[in-house]
Amino acid sequence: MAALLEVKNLVTEFPRHGAAPVKAVNDVSFSLEKGRVLGLVGESGSGKSVTGFSIMGLVDAPGRVAAGDIFFNGENLADLNAEEMRRLRGRHIAMVFQDPMMTLNPVLRIETQMTETLLAHEKMDRAEARARARDALGMVGIPSPEERLSAYPHEFSGGMRQRVAIAIALLHSPELIIADEPTTALDVTIQAQIISEFQRLAEERDTAVIWITHDLAIVSRLADDIAVMYAGRLVETGPVAQVLTDPRHHYTRGLMDSVPSQNTRGALLKQIPGMTPSPANLPSGCSFHTRCGGADGLCTKLPPEIWEGERSYRCVHPLGARALDAITGEAVS
Amino acid sequence: MSETNEVMEKAPKMPLVQARDVTRRFGATPDLAARIAISAGAAEPPAVVYALDGINLSVARGEVLGVVGESGCGKSTLGRIVAGILPPTDGEIRWKGEPHHKLKGRARKAADLAAQMIFQNPMAALNPRMRVESIVAEAPRAHGLIEGSVSDYVDEHLRMAGFDPAMKKRLPHEFSGGQRQRVNIARALAVKPEFLVCDESVAALDVSIQAQIINLFVKLREELDLTYMFISHDLGVVEHISDRVVIMYLGRIVEEAPVEEIFARPNHPYTQALLAEIPRIEPRKRRFEAIKGEIPSPLFPPKGCHFHPRCPFAHARCRVEVPKLKPVAGDHLSACHLNDEAAAGA
Ligand SMILES: Nc1ncnc2c1ncn2[C@@H]1O[C@H](COP(=O)(O)OP(=O)(O)O)[C@@H](O)[C@H]1O
Ligand SMILES: Nc1ncnc2c1ncn2[C@@H]1O[C@H](COP(=O)(O)OP(=O)(O)O)[C@@H](O)[C@H]1O
Ligand code: SF4
Ligand code: SF4
Ligand SMILES: [Mg+2]
Ligand SMILES: [Mg+2]
Repeated sequence: MAALLEVKNLVTEFPRHGAAPVKAVNDVSFSLEKGRVLGLVGESGSGKSVTGFSIMGLVDAPGRVAAGDIFFNGENLADLNAEEMRRLRGRHIAMVFQDPMMTLNPVLRIETQMTETLLAHEKMDRAEARARARDALGMVGIPSPEERLSAYPHEFSGGMRQRVAIAIALLHSPELIIADEPTTALDVTIQAQIISEFQRLAEERDTAVIWITHDLAIVSRLADDIAVMYAGRLVETGPVAQVLTDPRHHYTRGLMDSVPSQNTRGALLKQIPGMTPSPANLPSGCSFHTRCGGADGLCTKLPPEIWEGERSYRCVHPLGARALDAITGEAVS
Repeated sequence: MSETNEVMEKAPKMPLVQARDVTRRFGATPDLAARIAISAGAAEPPAVVYALDGINLSVARGEVLGVVGESGCGKSTLGRIVAGILPPTDGEIRWKGEPHHKLKGRARKAADLAAQMIFQNPMAALNPRMRVESIVAEAPRAHGLIEGSVSDYVDEHLRMAGFDPAMKKRLPHEFSGGQRQRVNIARALAVKPEFLVCDESVAALDVSIQAQIINLFVKLREELDLTYMFISHDLGVVEHISDRVVIMYLGRIVEEAPVEEIFARPNHPYTQALLAEIPRIEPRKRRFEAIKGEIPSPLFPPKGCHFHPRCPFAHARCRVEVPKLKPVAGDHLSACHLNDEAAAGA
């Protein structure tokens, strides 16, 4: 089966004065099938949002996609003109942001915002559009949707605003939703409500999802697959059940070990030393080598992408069962 | 250290700080939506917010008390009050057994220095035009705490906080969030505090940096014999670092227990709901379950048990009568009517 989304060797850069451009996304490849949920995880500045914007065709100039291809339903997005891209974004791919006000217009009633987009993209009259909008609000758990249609965004709480933004994203039943930290700013009980509703709606419609987050705990429960990003590169990808039980890359392991609840209460956390390097000033080879306990001279050359069944990683001294073979093999050769 | 043997014998575990029937009201500043409603005559101007409503609490010397709750439940207000930087509206704070409002002169100054706050956003606490070294030296210099060389004093405290003194001539904006938080911690340590109120001190940090700063707090506690109130919305963090935990909901404590006890046997329905959302890595796709409803506005808190509109076990009594915080076992307290009813039925 052809993948719904296929990202191949994507490079997205931002120019700098008097220096080579910053590669915010550096040679990133992954694919996503219909109805699957991919958790894209990494710390701030690792390139998660820029990956999402690149797929949406929303990288702001002077930033640009400098290399690579993005295929959606087999079509190369680079071949689409601005109008076709806009149409695709409206109907087939939608994005939900951490700040719902990125989606919502503060001076328009919710009804206006929702019906305008429906009328722009689908053939229907105003009454039909209004009914669709009302149903969409109800579906994401907004009480009295009929009345709430006439409200302005500021009349909603933060959690309710995010529900409205999700309702708008779901309006045309897109095949792919890119959700960029949509619950990070919300309280835990509200976060759980929204994820649970989002999860149900995506499953019912067989929507594919890229859920961008720094939170491994959410990804472990929500996603089918995971892609771990560090300093612009994907360092490890694969099914959640494999990667988060038996990680190969040392950064994945380090991130998991940094989660307090994975540690003995009161003991010191198994922390990763040092800081994330600035993308403007990356260490050579494996960018993690300045912080990695397993690093040696081999790590200053860029590790190749190694495939093992459905999973892949860029590490010359991978952890876990297969790691032993790799290391022994290394020592022998 | 200054207590007599007599006091030590009488009260071997004297609380460092206590809150007694503490209530804090704020004159409400309505948000935009509320202002529109008020000007349209659709709503009455709200009189007051009860940020805290009858809080009783004590922090023992040397312990880490975790405070958990969702936004607006009063955690920061409680932190500022126990740190002595915000007076309660009613009730009192006792610092080492003495009513805080009665402390004067040197005793007051000593109490002020002994309790320090570490906030979520270190940038707000750091003067952007001051070099790191001046930020750290300012308060101890003003209070005459530095005996030898100022430079050595600054280096020592920066090192304690895991910050390389070689960078002390730089300005706060030149550093990442984690490094700034270290400067902020060094600044607090430099006045030789006994009690740190950490208000979401690791919330804004990346996972790997958060782990480093949590470890720093754990080490400092051991090395310097510190007492913490550790405020966080993240149950995983609180579970890791605390000895005892307090759960708050809309201005009230709903449950309080030693950390093992509260995580093994949560009693209050709200605590149970929160614990279901503790961030653990469980590589198994499953449905997120969630309690229903929005967090009510503290301007218009529900009557009776504040949690009743969202509680799956709410019944008639919950809508009229405020449940009292009462022992359910040993030092485990909970404020839920179900406990009386279970006791009565048994
Ligand atoms: N508008 C921009 N101009 C210049 N650089 C940018 C811009 N947006 C992002 N970047 C660079 O791209 C990197 C990745 O950013 P981003 O994708 O937002 O990270 P994440 O979402 O993982 O936190 C950043 O570290 C930054 O250097
Ligand atoms: N200075 C203030 N003026 C008015 N209201 C305040 C003030 N500080 C806090 N509040 C209100 O008190 C309640 C509790 O706030 P806070 O202690 O900051 O809660 P938390 O830290 O748990 O989010 C909130 O409703 C908040 O709006
Ligand atoms: S390639 Fe080397 S530095 Fe990178 S994660 Fe693997 S062992 Fe560590
Ligand atoms: S007192 Fe009633 S509403 Fe409150 S937590 Fe207990 S059962 Fe629920
Ligand atoms: Mg981002
Ligand atoms: Mg707060």
